[in-house]
Parts: sequence; structure tokens; C-alpha cells
Amino acid sequence: MSPLGAVPKEVHQFAAEVGPRDPVTIVGGRTQWQVGGAPDRSAREVSAPTGVWSHQPEEMTVRCGAGTTLSDLSEQLALHGQMVPFDMAPSATVGGVLSVGQSGFRRLRYGHIRDLVLQIRHVDHQGKIVTSGGPTVKNVSGYDLCRLLVGSLGKLGCLAEVTLRCLPVPETTRWLTGTMDPFELYSILYRPSSILWNGKQVWVCLEGVSSDVAAEATLLDLEETEGPPPLPTGGRSSIEPKDLKKLSIDDSSWIAEIGIGVTHTEEPTPVRPVSEANGSIMRELENRLDPNGRLNPGREVVVL
Amino acid sequence: MSPDSKLFGALRFLLGDRARAGDFELGLYGRDGSVLEGRPSIVCLPVDTEEVRQIVAVCRQHDRPFLARGSGTGLAGGAVPVGDPVIIATAKMNKILEVDLENRIAWVEPGVLNLDLTKELTPLGFHFAPDPSSQQVCSIGGNVANNSGGPHCLAYGVTSAHVAAIEVVLPDGTVTVLGDLSADPPGYDLRGLFIGSEGTMGIATKIAVRLTPNPPAIRTLLLDFADVRDGAATVSAIIAAGLIPAALEMMDKRAIEIVEAFVNAGYPTEADAVLLVELDGLPGGVEHGVEVVRSVAERHEVGNIRIAADDEERELLWKGRKNAFGAVARIKPDYYLHDTVVPRGKLVEVLEKVYKIADAYDLIAVNVFHAGDGNLHPILAYDSDEKGVLERVHAAGRAIVTASIEAGGVLSGEHGIGLEKRDYMGMLFTAHDMATQDMVREVFDPEGFANPLKVLPSGSRCSDSFGQHVPEGAWV
Repeated sequence: MSPLGAVPKEVHQFAAEVGPRDPVTIVGGRTQWQVGGAPDRSAREVSAPTGVWSHQPEEMTVRCGAGTTLSDLSEQLALHGQMVPFDMAPSATVGGVLSVGQSGFRRLRYGHIRDLVLQIRHVDHQGKIVTSGGPTVKNVSGYDLCRLLVGSLGKLGCLAEVTLRCLPVPETTRWLTGTMDPFELYSILYRPSSILWNGKQVWVCLEGVSSDVAAEATLLDLEETEGPPPLPTGGRSSIEPKDLKKLSIDDSSWIAEIGIGVTHTEEPTPVRPVSEANGSIMRELENRLDPNGRLNPGREVVVL
Repeated sequence: MSPDSKLFGALRFLLGDRARAGDFELGLYGRDGSVLEGRPSIVCLPVDTEEVRQIVAVCRQHDRPFLARGSGTGLAGGAVPVGDPVIIATAKMNKILEVDLENRIAWVEPGVLNLDLTKELTPLGFHFAPDPSSQQVCSIGGNVANNSGGPHCLAYGVTSAHVAAIEVVLPDGTVTVLGDLSADPPGYDLRGLFIGSEGTMGIATKIAVRLTPNPPAIRTLLLDFADVRDGAATVSAIIAAGLIPAALEMMDKRAIEIVEAFVNAGYPTEADAVLLVELDGLPGGVEHGVEVVRSVAERHEVGNIRIAADDEERELLWKGRKNAFGAVARIKPDYYLHDTVVPRGKLVEVLEKVYKIADAYDLIAVNVFHAGDGNLHPILAYDSDEKGVLERVHAAGRAIVTASIEAGGVLSGEHGIGLEKRDYMGMLFTAHDMATQDMVREVFDPEGFANPLKVLPSGSRCSDSFGQHVPEGAWV
């Protein structure tokens, strides 16, 4: 037994399935399958355990198998008026979303998804279970391997079990749209949940108690809308938030996240290279944590 | 010439009189905010990244480890020298380099003090969210090393959520930037891994911190309870009601008494416990929050509910909370401040154990803590002149940590592991968990030059180049 509580039998079974040898590809909901390139076809496919194993509303924490879909997670949390603001496809899995490590469109208010992670159990290249982080909402015990695993595309370990911080579902969520200057909106609104912009049209998400949302909405020359526009899924570029001002507004096939620096595009976006110094640390991490390169071969996190 | 004098000569050549080996410095830099103590033989005070890089290079040439240090307010012995490292103090790297409002980022040097940064940002409508109780004196570099929290991290998150990028001097002397200002920096999140690594993965020389907008409305409430259990139940019930206050702090009877005698904030000395609750944001949400707190507290036998009428009263209420540790001097000259986290629902159970443990070891326990996230800070007050008292303090500390972990908690919420809890890591992690952590640390520092012998117990380390032993007088 791990000192951090009993490891569920499902996690042991998953560890046995990953085992100590042969290449494996971990499969989630295949909703962001293209990120990092196609996995090696010869690799054996494995899937993380599913199920919400404990939700403690008064602790605002939830522990689940990494293979749990976002829809199953949301359904459980909604019973107690809580949520984890991932904003991905309902068929995506918790482990998949974290392994890809890209935040949803409400990051402006809720922060990066990695900051929602409290504890991770992963299966390493030897098929052994490793626990990092802690089950409580605050913890600085030991090295923060959870941060390293988020966005690692399973190349440093296969996520098996995840404990997340939950948030209360806001009393009101309203989307507004129109043609105001998105950068001005960003400066006048207090912690909006999202500001999306395609160079011509802007979409704003306001959340909170209804009186605040109504008061902020009246400041704006915008109209009510159902929700966010469909985001292009071809590519996703990442720049400094202020550089979004430089985007070409002649071609509006993109949608940008104001204040964040993400632009969703139709065309694939090339992966940015890392610096030589960072690249050598990253390569060494891969060498040490997966010396035989058996975890998710074919995918690449690091481009030099 | 002894090896030390050669090393000192090289550092003198580099830094002039900012390389020091006088008795005053060596005594000063042998300690941090903990009761642990070591003694360095050389202290360096660099002014920029290049000097830090050169100090690291000189240390490596002389096969000597180094230890970067901020203000030394850490409470886990993370900055206490073991293995005779050269101290690299960042006190003279204290400039705010750039405030970039468009990106909502400020680039600062590691020696900038936490509260100085917030004071600089306040007129611009922003602040740096992590606010440890030591924020008047603790440095941003230290906050990064320890992934520091503070009362307001309940709603805003700890340091890691507020740092976009860090320029670091790696243990091999390479200068690099971890993270960047873009939405999704490429590659693995080395920035996130570095934050909280307590100086064992390199030295932060520039930090890009995120700016948080100041809330338009703030309400601060002081709730008193005739029974500490009702206070703790109120904490859980507030969170369960779907409210996340900006801060949710608790003080027990003894804490109230000493703080009130010290700051005269009008704390109710007859109460068994008080909760200090702060709500911030847009006015409607804040008022809604006040009502939720009020109705929850009323269901849990609250006595008085005092709402700060203005900024002055609000500051007075916070002054009591933030000066609580110093106020302990009113009952005993020394204190040992602990830091563990338990599930909120276990607060009362663990608090009762803390009192029993203190009684059993004939110590006085005072509790002032971040109740909202279950982060306990039991203070054990004692007089170091009493013979054998430190042994009792340490034994009681171990019992408190054990009780917290048995309740489903963790070793540390915000103070870190350092030396203090290094050998407790096995209470929380398996040998394989720790070996994996060490493998990751080793990627940054295979020879163990950077702040050696901290965080992981020696048994879990693959290499220990600089000795196993903690200096005399230090306790682990």
C-alpha cells in the first residue's frame, strides 16, 4: 500500500496491462489525437481505468480514473453544483486532456488546467505505479512531477489516476457578442471567463452572480448569444497576449483567446522549437523516465 | 593555501567585498526562519545573472556546492547550509525590471520583496497574488523556490499559478529561460517543475510574475465562536455551499488572546475561536458571499459577526492575523511553527490531537491557520533555556505530522520540505516514488551541486557527493 492511501485495484490492473516491455500507446477519447504527431502503429494500445472514485463536495476535490470521460466527470460533479472547467469535448478523457495539456476557452478566469491537478498516479516505463502531488487542495510535499506530466503526451508515464480541484458552477453564465474592441473589453471587465475574437467579431463570457453579470453586461454594447463560436480545429498557435493585436484581420478564419495568446486556426500550426539548453534537459528527462522509448513512441513533445 | 582560501580568493577576484567570510555574515547566513542551524564558510552577494553564473562556475571548479538564498524567512531549513555550500544571497538583485501591463506580467529580480512588488503594482490596479505572512520581508525568488502560498491563495492559487517564466542559472552554469510569456510554451513544463524545487535545480535570476487585477469590492468579516468545533464546521459548510472566499483564516483561543494583547484589533478574547473571512470580486458576488457566510455561520452557533466598515478596520483585522507569530513572544520567547494540510472535514479532529500532543509534551500550542484549504499552522511555544525542551518540541512536531498524514493530509502546505521534513518524505511516498523524484532532480543536477541534501532523504538519492550528515545543532 502506498502511504498516500490504498491504490485502487483498477490502477494495479492498468499497471499490469502497461507492463514492463514493448511499445504502448495510451488511448483516450481520440479528440485531440493529432497533437504531437501520429503514434507508432506497431505499439500496443492501452486505456486508463475509468470511473469517478471519490467526490468530496466539502473538500472540492474529485479522484477518478484517468480514462474517465469529461461527460461522466461533469455528470457526477453537477450533482453537487460543482465542475472542473476543462471546456473540451465531452468524449475527451481526463487523462487525455491533461496529457495534451491545452487549456479550454475559459482559461482567462479559471487559469491553466495544470493548476487544477492535485495528485497524479502514473504507470512508468517499468510498469510500476508512481504517485506524486497530494490529495489535499494545497501541497508542496516533494518535487512537482504532476506539472511535468501535464502536457507530456504520455511520453514520461501513462496517467492512471488523477485527483483534481473542483469549482462551484457559477450562478449565471452569459455569452455576449458584437463588434467592440476586444482589448478594450479586456481592460474594463473584471476577470471575464473568456474573450474570443476573429478580427471582426468578439464573444465574451461573463460568469458569477446574476446581478454582477447584468451590471457588467450593461457596460457593453453587445448582444446576447447562445455560446462560444465553433473553434477551428486545424491548428493552435501560442504567442504573447499583447501580440494578438498584430494578427491580420483581413483573414478571419482564426479565433483568438484575448488575454491568453492562443489562436485557433484552420491550418495546422508548426510546433515551436525549444532552446538548446531546455531541449537537452527535456531529452534527458525522456531518457531517464523512458530509457527504451516504449511509452507512446511516434509522438513528439520536444522539437529542437 | 587551504582549498577554502583559494576558492575565497577566486570569489573575491570576481565580486570584491561582496564575497564575504566575516563572522557576522557567516552567523547570519547559517540560519533561516527555522530552528535549524548550519555555518557556511563563504557568502556571495551577486548583483546580476552574469555574476551568479560566474559564482557557479567558480564553485564547480573548486568542487564546492552552492546554496541560493532569498530573505531567509523559510521555515523548513531549506536555506540552512549543509555540506558546506557557498551561499549565494540574492539580496542585491532587487530590481523590478519591467512592468508589462499589456501582457499583465512583471519581470523582477529574485531579491525583490513580495510586498514591495505589490506596492509598486497597486496604483496600476494590480497585485501579485501570493501573500505569505512574511510578505513584508520574503523575496519573490524565495516564493518561487518554495512555491509559496498565503491566505489569499485559497481563491487565487499558489506561486506556480502566478509565474509565467523564470531565467535560471542551471547547476552546470548554463543560463536558460524556463517557460515564456506565450500561452503554451513548447516542450515539457520545466517552469512548473522548477517552482517549489527549493533551489535544488538551479538559481532563479529573473522571474516573470503574472499580475492579478485588484478586486473592485472587498468585505472582511470576523466571526467568533464559543466552540472551536463550530468554527471548523463553518469552514467546511462555507465551501460546501459553493463559496470560495478570497481568504478563510482561523485563530484559536490562545491565538486570539495574544494577538489582541499585541495589536488591540478588538478581537473577542472571550471567544473559543474566530474566523477571518474575506470576500472579494464584483460587488454583487461579494454581498452574496457575505449572506452565505452569515447564514452558514448562524446555523453553526456563531456569536458576533463583525464586518470591517472601512479599509482601516480591514487592515487592523489583518494586522492581527499577520502578526500572530510575533505575538507568541508574549507567552514564551521561542516558537516552532508547523505546517501540514488535512482535509477540511478533518480540521477539528486533528486540532484536538494537536492540543493533546502539546499537553503530552508539556508545550503550549497556539493555532493560527489557513482553515479554508485545511492548512494547519500549529505553533509550539517554548523557552529554549529550558533543558531538553527542543527534543520535546521535535517529538511533538513529528507526532503532529503523523496525525495529519493519518487524517489523509500531506507533509507541507506551503513551507516546503527542506531539511525539516526531508526524512518524513517516506511517510507520504514509497521508495519508488522518491527514486522517481530524485531521477528528475538528477537530470538538472547529477552531481548534487545545488543546495545539496535537501528535500529527499539520503537513502532515496542516487548520488550524494557532499556528505550525508547534518551539522551539529541542526535537527532533522
